[in-house]
Amino acid sequence: MPLDPAQVRHIAALARIALTDAERAVLGQQLAQILAQFEVLNQLDTTGVAPTAHAGDLGPGLSGLRDDTPSPGLTTEEVLSNAPRREGQFFRVRAVLEE
Amino acid sequence: MAELWQLSIHEASQRLRRREISSLELTRACLARIHQIEGRVQAYLTVTEESALAQAREADGCLAAGETSPLTGIPLQIKDIICTKGIRTTCASRMLEGYTPVYNATVVARLLDRHAVVLGKGNMDEFGMGSSTENSAFHPSHNPWDTGRVPGGSSGGSAAAVAAGEALAALGSDTGGSIRQPAALCGVVGLKPTYGLVSRYGLVAFASSLDQIGPLTRSVADCALVLSAIAGHDPRDSTSLPQPPQDYSAALGRDIRGLRLGVPDEYFTSGMEEGVRQAVLAGIKALEGLGAVVQPVSLPTTKYALACYYIIAPSECSANLARYDGVKYGYSHQGAGDMWEAMEQTRGHGFGPEVKRRIMLGTYALSAGYYDAYYRKAQQVRTLIRQEFDRVFGEVDALVAPTSPVVAFPLGDKTADPVQLYLIDVCTLPVNIAGLPAMSVPCGFADGLPVGMQLIGPRLSEATLLRIAHAYQQVTQWHDKRPPI
Repeated sequence: MPLDPAQVRHIAALARIALTDAERAVLGQQLAQILAQFEVLNQLDTTGVAPTAHAGDLGPGLSGLRDDTPSPGLTTEEVLSNAPRREGQFFRVRAVLEE
Repeated sequence: MAELWQLSIHEASQRLRRREISSLELTRACLARIHQIEGRVQAYLTVTEESALAQAREADGCLAAGETSPLTGIPLQIKDIICTKGIRTTCASRMLEGYTPVYNATVVARLLDRHAVVLGKGNMDEFGMGSSTENSAFHPSHNPWDTGRVPGGSSGGSAAAVAAGEALAALGSDTGGSIRQPAALCGVVGLKPTYGLVSRYGLVAFASSLDQIGPLTRSVADCALVLSAIAGHDPRDSTSLPQPPQDYSAALGRDIRGLRLGVPDEYFTSGMEEGVRQAVLAGIKALEGLGAVVQPVSLPTTKYALACYYIIAPSECSANLARYDGVKYGYSHQGAGDMWEAMEQTRGHGFGPEVKRRIMLGTYALSAGYYDAYYRKAQQVRTLIRQEFDRVFGEVDALVAPTSPVVAFPLGDKTADPVQLYLIDVCTLPVNIAGLPAMSVPCGFADGLPVGMQLIGPRLSEATLLRIAHAYQQVTQWHDKRPPI
């Protein structure tokens, strides 16, 4: 059974993706199909199992954080070089606050 | 006599250092090969002819001065998900069609420090999401063994280029099999290193707890050379392990007598093609013939890996790809509307169908009310999968399995049903979930198409995997077979 169209709209709104009616219909079907595959996980009892966030545990006492030492970074021009719209030293965005 | 573009890195490097050939000649030979066959293979998104020739001239200067590394003057391809300063980096997405990085990924900087030559950027599935390159927003790549078939993916352009002689080697990335599966389907060697061994600074993020960069090469000896150049700690990547650089070539040549190899029954799935099964079993026999002790092992959680992966990877992807908002870089929708509408239209137009599907799936799995049922559950299953590998690596030194249950399939064959395509990754996904190193090595042919054998080891066992694979290539010739193109 496909996902409820209202739910597809809700997820698309959370993901900030504009979808056409046709895309919503296909995704409603496909997401339901994929979610059905996830049911298999319920066969496993995971009571008391600690979740693993990522596979790179560096070992006891080791941290991926380095000392906070200042060093040269990218220049403003470099940072802005791929901006779709800019104004002087800034990224230009559309109005955030309503008038 | 072999054409220059057919040389291994090992051979080319020796001839460069003896000054029998120049990097300029070698680079020109690869570029000519690209011009000759690229219309049929389409392995590249960008060919950087001019800068490649300039880099080759510079490499020749180093060779003349005697300042050399094994990669000096060697022409390589870089997957288009890895940032190259001044060379557009698109991730095969409309979203980044016009994006030119202002910095190099650490792996690229390390190759350029060694005066390797960058020929251009490899085609791929958009943002690394796919197993055939058919999700590239620009064009699919074609398998050099049969151009009506896919090269695998997502690093399909890289595997196809290496197989066809359009580069001596390539760097790809692997989130769920994206180096190993195309390597298998194109008949080349591909290695996914231990999570954290190779810096990801400058790798465009897909699923950060899974992504790794690694080499695609024609031989295991070449794989060791490239890995030696790119591995080792990088302060710019907080997940980088504190490993000093290592010479992985040093381990090659030692025999594998007495090494214990486990064969996990669960990887020989019901959907597996018979020709693939036969080729992999023959490969295992050959390893036994070299003195390895082969025993069956069991990894019962394998059947949960697919679901686990397709919750974790899309969840992380939905968070990582939130950065494409049309403000800082990339595609930006120009129509009317407020900030939110502009952002939604930017993402609606900039992303292709598979990327949207995964962002939607991940957003769903992380949304209120579903987090515990999906994301948290998948992370717990991830723990069980890791523990199971740990247990098995108490019994054996490495695992041998197929890389892909199928050989290269026809273009268009599996585009209609995403779930069918996801199933192809069943033998490679568990490795990323557990953060282990694994490589695919050519082990034969089925219906004239290459088959890959996968070696999987415990964390930081790259030297052992390379040693096993190298020993195998000393007694087999599969890696010397070249596509007819």
